[in-house]
Amino acid sequence: MSGPILDPRYALPFAEAALPVLRNAQLRKNVAHAMDTIQAKRARLVAEKSDWQALRDSASAIRGHVLENLPGYLEQFEARCAAQGGIVHWAADAAEARAIALRILVEEKADSVVKVKSMTTAEIQLNADLERHGIAVFETDLAEIILQLGHEEPSHIVVPALHVNRSQIREIFAREMGLPHLSDEPRALAEAARIFLRRKFLSSPAAISGANFLIAETGAVAVVESEGNGRMCLTLPKTLITIAGIEKVLPRFGDLEVFLQLLARSATGERMNPYTSLWTGVTPGDGPQRFHIILLDNGRSSILARPGERQTLKCIRCAACMNACPVYRQTGGHAYGSVYPGPIGAILTPQLMGMQYARSLPFASTLCGACYEVCPVKINIPQVLVELRAEIVAQQEQSIGGILERLVMRFTGYLFRDERRFRAAQAVLRLFARLVTKRDGWIHALPAMGAKWTQTRDLVGPPPQSFRMWWQDNEASKMTKER
Amino acid sequence: MRASLFIACFNDTFFPQTGRAVVRLLRRLGVEIAFDERQTCCGQMHANSGYRPEAWHQAERFLRLYAEADHVVIPSTSCTAMIREQYPALFTSFGSESQKRELAALLPRVFELSEFLIDKLGSEDVGAYFPHRVAYHASCHGLRALHLGNRPHRLLAKVRGLELVAIPNAERCCGFGGTFAVKNAEVSSAMLTAKLQDVLSTRAEICTSLDNSCLMHIGGALHRQYAGMAVMHLAEILACTETSLAEAAP
Repeated sequence: MSGPILDPRYALPFAEAALPVLRNAQLRKNVAHAMDTIQAKRARLVAEKSDWQALRDSASAIRGHVLENLPGYLEQFEARCAAQGGIVHWAADAAEARAIALRILVEEKADSVVKVKSMTTAEIQLNADLERHGIAVFETDLAEIILQLGHEEPSHIVVPALHVNRSQIREIFAREMGLPHLSDEPRALAEAARIFLRRKFLSSPAAISGANFLIAETGAVAVVESEGNGRMCLTLPKTLITIAGIEKVLPRFGDLEVFLQLLARSATGERMNPYTSLWTGVTPGDGPQRFHIILLDNGRSSILARPGERQTLKCIRCAACMNACPVYRQTGGHAYGSVYPGPIGAILTPQLMGMQYARSLPFASTLCGACYEVCPVKINIPQVLVELRAEIVAQQEQSIGGILERLVMRFTGYLFRDERRFRAAQAVLRLFARLVTKRDGWIHALPAMGAKWTQTRDLVGPPPQSFRMWWQDNEASKMTKER
Repeated sequence: MRASLFIACFNDTFFPQTGRAVVRLLRRLGVEIAFDERQTCCGQMHANSGYRPEAWHQAERFLRLYAEADHVVIPSTSCTAMIREQYPALFTSFGSESQKRELAALLPRVFELSEFLIDKLGSEDVGAYFPHRVAYHASCHGLRALHLGNRPHRLLAKVRGLELVAIPNAERCCGFGGTFAVKNAEVSSAMLTAKLQDVLSTRAEICTSLDNSCLMHIGGALHRQYAGMAVMHLAEILACTETSLAEAAP
C-alpha cells in the first residue's frame, strides 16, 4: 500500500485522494478531536481580546503594505543582516535553495544537521535532497520526529502528526530508538525523544531553520515554537542556515507586537508561544558563528504579480483556516496532496506551482467563509478561490469532464440570458424529471453526474407549476382584470 | 411600501411554495409586491464555478431589471450574498462607469427576506402561528456574508406556538457548496452526515433556513434516510397563521 503523496506534481485530484481518508475512522476521529481542542482554546483567547478585530486590521494592513513595497524591505533586510555578519543568499526556486544549502553544508564538512520545524524546507523537499547527498537530517520538533522516524507525511502545518495515535508513536519510537520496553505514557515518550535529541543537538555541526518573521529595520530573524527544541538548534551548532520565503519580512521590530499576539492565539490557542527566538546576524562567542539566510522566491513573485490573489502572501502560517474548515475537518491534510493543506493550501499550492498543478484544490471548498472569518491577517480566501477557479476555467482543460462542464455552463448561461429560453428550459427539465420522479414527488436516482448527488441524498422533483407559472395564473391575470 | 420579489431560479423551479409564502407574508404586512417575469438567475453558479462572463450577463440583467425598484426582496441568502459581494467586482471588470454608479445606488435597496422584515419593515412579530418544534439552520452566507446575526431567531421567537431549538455547531457548513456537492460528492456527503447528526439531535419536526439550497441538501438526506424530519423555508413558517396553514406543513 502506498501512502499519501504530498507533491502536487504527482498527487491525485482532491476528490480521489480524499476517498481513503474518508473511510479512515482513526484519522477522522483524530482530526475532529484536534480541531475541536484547538478551536475551543482559540475561541476562548480571542474572546478575551477586546481589540481582536483591530489587531486583525493592523496585521492585514502591515502585511499588505509589505507586499506593496517588498523589494525595498528585502534590500533593507539584506543590508542590515549582512552588516551584522549574516550571509544572505537569494534563491529563485526550490532547486537553487537546495543547492545553496547543500553547498554550505559541504563547505562546512557537516555530515549531519538538526532542523527546526519549517514549512518552507518541506515545500522545497530539502530533507530528501540532503540525504541523497549523504547528509543525515534530524528533525527536532516532536511531531516532526514522529513523522520522520515513522516515514509518515505531515497532515497539518502546525500539528503535523495529529493523525498518528499514541500507540503508534510508541511503536515508532520503540523500533527506531531501540527501546523495546517503552510505554505509551506521554511522559515516557517525551523522555525518550528528549534523550534521543540531546545527542543530536550536542553532536550536530549545523542546523537548518525556517523563519516566522524577518525584520527589515534591524536585520533580525524570528522563530516561534512551543518545545524549546528549536531554540537548541538555533543556539548550539556552529553553523545556522535559515531558509525563508521572501514574503516573510516585516518593516519594524515593533510590528512583532501585533503579530505575536495574533499568531499564538490563532495557531495553538495560547496567549504567547512558549519560545520566541530572535537573532541578528552573528554574535561573537555566543550562538552560531556562521549564519546563512536563503531568501526563497519559488513562485512567490508570480503571486505578487496577481492583484486579486496577492493577498495569499499575507499568510503567517498559523493554520487557523484549516482548523475552522469543515472540509479539512472531514479529510485531514493528506487529501490536499501538498505540504500546505486546508484553505490556505487550496489557494497557495496551485499558485506556487504556476497554476499547472493542484488544479482541483480551488474547487475543494464550499466557499463557506469560515476560513476568512478566523484569518488573523484577513485573507479573503473564498474570494481568492473564486479568482483561481476563473483562471483554471480559462485554461480550457481538454479532458472530457472539462469540455462537458464548459458546454453545460455556457449553455445554461445562454438560457439564463432570456426569460423565454429560461421558461422553456424549465419546461424541458420538468418533462425529463417526470421520467425519474417517484410517485412521492422525489427523485431517488439520477443518471450521469446527477448520480453523484443521489448516491447519498434524494432530490425533490420540480413541481408541475413553477413560481412564475403560478404568478402568471393567479397574480398577473388578477392585475390585468383589476385594471 | 413596495417591493419587487427576486425569487431566484432554483426557488422558481424547485420551491415555488417559498415564493408563494413570501407573497402571502408580505401582503399580510401591507407590502405591495411586484414580480418581474423577465428575471432568471443571479449568476451565482457561474461566478462560483469560474465562469465570469456568464455571471456578468446575469449581473447586468439584474441591474437592468431592478435599477428602478423601491426595494428588492430575495428569499435566498446565497443569492443576496452573490449580489452584494460579487457584483461590485463583476461591474469593475465588465461594467461602464454609469453602471457602476447605478449598482452602488441599487445595492442598499437589495434585501434578504429577514433583513427586509426586521430592518425595513421593523416587524419581528409578523403575526404567524406555527405549532411545531423547529430547528433553525443558519446558512453560511446568511451567517458570514450577510451577517444576519439573530434576525431569524427573533422572527421565529415571535411565532405563536413555535418551539425553537438550537442546532449544535450551528456555524458549520452542511457541505452543499453548489457544484462542490457533485465535484466532491463524497467529502460533501461526509460533511452532510456530520450536519445531520447535529440537526437530528434537536428532535425537531422541522428544520428551517433562509436558504433552500442548504435545505435541498439537508432535506435530501433526511428524506433518503426516512429520518422523519421535514425541511421548510423560513418564509413558509412565517406565512402560516391560525386561519392559513402552511402548504407543506406536516
